[in-house]
Amino acid sequence: MKIISQIAANFYHFLQRQMTRMWWKVGTIILLFYTLIAGFLLGVPDKFILNETIRNLYFHVPMWMAMLSVFVMSVFYSIRYLDKGLEKDDLAAVECVNTGMFFYVLGLLTGMLWAKYTWGAYWSGDPKQNSAAIAFLLYCAYLVLRNSIDEEQKRAKISAIYNIFAFPIMIVLIFVIPRMTDSLHPGNGGNPAFGRYDLDGRMRAVFYPAMAGWSLLAVWIATLRYRIRLIEYKNNSLD
Amino acid sequence: MKKLLFLILLTLSNIAVFAQNGTGPEMADVFRSSGKIYVVVAIVVIILAGIAIYLFSIDRRLRKIEKEK
Repeated sequence: MKIISQIAANFYHFLQRQMTRMWWKVGTIILLFYTLIAGFLLGVPDKFILNETIRNLYFHVPMWMAMLSVFVMSVFYSIRYLDKGLEKDDLAAVECVNTGMFFYVLGLLTGMLWAKYTWGAYWSGDPKQNSAAIAFLLYCAYLVLRNSIDEEQKRAKISAIYNIFAFPIMIVLIFVIPRMTDSLHPGNGGNPAFGRYDLDGRMRAVFYPAMAGWSLLAVWIATLRYRIRLIEYKNNSLD
Repeated sequence: MKKLLFLILLTLSNIAVFAQNGTGPEMADVFRSSGKIYVVVAIVVIILAGIAIYLFSIDRRLRKIEKEK
């Protein structure tokens, strides 16, 4: 237990130090340039129904990965808040969720557009779509809950606890339940996945950098929002 | 910096290896043979470049404000 909290503390300070650094932001942009160029120009397996939309793997799936990355960070900061009670950790948690929601919407919209051309309708009530919509409301409820409490510490504590519980439910809704039912989504309900056996080397070469690049971009935007929020918070507490 | 450059070089080195497309399901071959796909790629690159410059400028402004404190 002591080791875990030591690792967490080290990770926390690492994030604090790297937040204003340049190197990983430059790396993010390089990764994204690579994935956007290679994502269109490199070869992909020829599959019926999917056709060229197989390239959606490079653009739609990383939106969810980016969302997941900032949501994980948000849970980390929520736990940290409950442990230490620092107001800025609460601000970090909420800005991570705000950024995650942005990528959540992008993921839903890109998924719907793709569904129109492969499944025949923007929304066909597929288990994957329905679960994603429910999980979206779950996080909307988080933001509404936050804004409905005026007292600062109470708001931070309640929303931190809610956030910690919302995260595993979101994971189960989006990534577990559709896999157990007859979802049409690739990788679910016995459909061919872009998984270990289907994803060939050419796609891996773009897919993994894309996942890393978009995740880092989400983290970058979250840190920007957090730094703005922190300045606002300091200004408000001075008055 | 040297390590970073080496990493980028390695990441990009596989582009030349993958080039052909088999026959079978309909893919965007006409689009590619007419060369116009590069127009789309160029547009996407411009958009990303814009977003990158935008984010870096926000970052710089923020750092300036943080230093004033």
